[in-house]
Amino acid sequence: MAATDIARQVGEGCRTVPLAGHVGFDSLPDQLVNKSVSQGFCFNILCVGETGLGKSTLMDTLFNTKFEGEPATHTQPGVQLRSNTYDLQESNVGLKLTIVSTVGFGDQINKEDSYKPIVEFIDAQFEAYLQEELKIRRVLHIYHDSRIHACLYFIAPTGHSLKSLDLVTMKKLDSKVNIIPIIAKSDAISKSELTKFKIKITSELVSNGVQIYQFPTDDELVAEINGTMNAHLPFAVIGSTEELKIGNKMMKARQYPWGTVQVENEAHCDFVKLREMLIRINMEDLREQTHSRHYELYRRCKLEEMGFKDTDPDSKPFSLQETYEAKRNEFLGELQKKEEEMRQMFVQRVKEKEAELKEAEKELHEKFDRLKKLHQDEKKKLEDKKKSLDDEMNAFKQRKTAAELLQSQGSQAGGAQTLKRDKEKKN
Amino acid sequence: MSKGLPETRTDAAMSELVPEPRPKPAVPMKPVSINPNLLGYIGIDTIIEQMRKKTMKTGFDFNIMVVGQSGLGKSTLVNTLFKSQVSRKASSWNREEKIPKTVEIKAIGHVIEEGGVKMKLTVIDTPGFGDQINNENCWEPIEKYINEQYEKFLKEEVNIARKKRIPDTRVHCCLYFISPTGHSLRPLDLEFMKHLSKVVNIIPVIAKADTMTLEEKSEFKQRVRKELEVNGIEFYPQKEFDEDLEDKTENDKIRQESMPFAVVGSDKEYQVNGKRVLGRKTPWGIIEVENLNHCEFALLRDFVIRTHLQDLKEVTHNIHYETYRAKRLNDNGGLPPGEGLLGTVLPPVPATPCPTAE
Repeated sequence: MAATDIARQVGEGCRTVPLAGHVGFDSLPDQLVNKSVSQGFCFNILCVGETGLGKSTLMDTLFNTKFEGEPATHTQPGVQLRSNTYDLQESNVGLKLTIVSTVGFGDQINKEDSYKPIVEFIDAQFEAYLQEELKIRRVLHIYHDSRIHACLYFIAPTGHSLKSLDLVTMKKLDSKVNIIPIIAKSDAISKSELTKFKIKITSELVSNGVQIYQFPTDDELVAEINGTMNAHLPFAVIGSTEELKIGNKMMKARQYPWGTVQVENEAHCDFVKLREMLIRINMEDLREQTHSRHYELYRRCKLEEMGFKDTDPDSKPFSLQETYEAKRNEFLGELQKKEEEMRQMFVQRVKEKEAELKEAEKELHEKFDRLKKLHQDEKKKLEDKKKSLDDEMNAFKQRKTAAELLQSQGSQAGGAQTLKRDKEKKN
Repeated sequence: MSKGLPETRTDAAMSELVPEPRPKPAVPMKPVSINPNLLGYIGIDTIIEQMRKKTMKTGFDFNIMVVGQSGLGKSTLVNTLFKSQVSRKASSWNREEKIPKTVEIKAIGHVIEEGGVKMKLTVIDTPGFGDQINNENCWEPIEKYINEQYEKFLKEEVNIARKKRIPDTRVHCCLYFISPTGHSLRPLDLEFMKHLSKVVNIIPVIAKADTMTLEEKSEFKQRVRKELEVNGIEFYPQKEFDEDLEDKTENDKIRQESMPFAVVGSDKEYQVNGKRVLGRKTPWGIIEVENLNHCEFALLRDFVIRTHLQDLKEVTHNIHYETYRAKRLNDNGGLPPGEGLLGTVLPPVPATPCPTAE
């Protein structure tokens, strides 16, 4: 596919030039790989299935560790998703593994909306990536990619056919994520029932148009093995973290009264095939498909939804710039309108408040005036009183002085008389 | 203006970069990094093989630009680097073709294959640079060309239905040829490098180094290094993009001792000591191009092709291109960085080259 890219470019006027010696750019893949190794990889798995089908146990078995988490109960009111991230290291490769499990899937009485939280979760991861990609200052090369790369759909081992819940959910998910259906707890089915079950499932998926993930067959190295594996889908798996001694080796197995089921025995179950396909051969392809197919589809739909187009109805190429301009002007116009409204409201409020305050001020003034008048009246009264009092006092004083004068006159007259008598005497 | 490359990539840093969970009905918990014990082989390291196979299939693009006055041996050097006739020498031009009046940009693409790895190599030649009497602003056409490639890539990336693999015509590496005067850098050299070191990875090379003796060479290199430092010119590998201690020590060594590489180019082979080597024959001896005692061509080749090829592409993509993109999307004035797409505009491409970042 991309080898043809180079070929096409050759056709476009590039000539292939022979090399006269060893140049050394064949180390380029190594340089690239070294860079990626130092950065670390990330891989995100979504496990969808009813409660009790062994999702957590299978994850534990696949990655040879005990991931934390308690088993879910059957009494969840709705479907929820539980996500955990782990850092795994093997030789010098670091993997950031995120495992998302559904909790409460298939437990409700009304399961019409069961698929919705899952679809929303997947979309939310795409949205987060899209937002990061659309940022002005972005750091995509160190962005933690949380998009789901593989969805393991756990089918209950009824032995008959797919449940309608399964069909509906898978149909909703097939255009958003790489679906790998697996038959869980397959030690409950015998070999012959298993073949019939697998055929039934595949035919039901095909007839309902569900697109499950096909392992790629274009690279000659892995085409053969991928081709045979494609025929074995869905894988019938058994998970177990208990180790039992079988022969002289410790193996992961489940002990029953009638025998022991070995997890890694290809004759017992398809666990080894699943591990090969999921991790050891196609991990990179899963990541690539998620990015180039599912994410691009989401991005295209989202951008079209937002109103951006590549070409307008007259099939003249619309420059993204014009669309942006238009949208932006619209947006700015709205903003301006809102601003105006707010301003109006503000002015209104201010006016009202002002009027109120004026009223209050007027009242206060009136009160003040009244009080003043009262004061003045009082004052006047008091002054009148004072005046009358003063008049009285003056009158009193006058009488007093008059009386004194009379008295003094009297005494003077008496004195004058004495003086006169003295004078007469003298004379 | 920060270029945003982190110093280390610890797990803590990675979990900090997880975006805030948006209000959605099923809210998954914020990822916690736990380190479980591994009890057996899982096969995670096979992803290296998977990745390698994938990259071999897709092939690589590499665009290298050579800038320098005519006659400095640019085309010869590129031919020697890639051991094939990828560049047409000016001396083989038609006699009637004069030196161009302005700087022209000539990009020629070739496909070369080695060891199963296919590479589309594009050599961008700049005839006419520094050849006029008045060389003012002769870097402008070059800067314009580089920005045009970024613009092309940006337009593709911003498309709604976009190609699976966007054709990459961005200039990954610019070899700037310094004339071996033995004294110091010319003003033209300084001006060019000052302007362009912000938009593209510049690797300065001292051309025609067979005109200098060993002492003259080392003195000249020291002077050039000093002058570049004094003028604040960051050539590749830039100090600020060293990611970890290992890179830093390795790159420091290159920056302080080897660069700028003093090279001699040749596409003729001669017999020396029973071996056929590329070299230049002079009356006083044969200068072997790949002999480290004679010139530093081998160092340049190893540096550009064998160890830092991928890094050149990455720095161009993650830093120079992102800087250009941020500038373009910001140019409608006043939007704070980090704003989402709603409300941003791609303004029309400016007629003059974008002002280089401060």
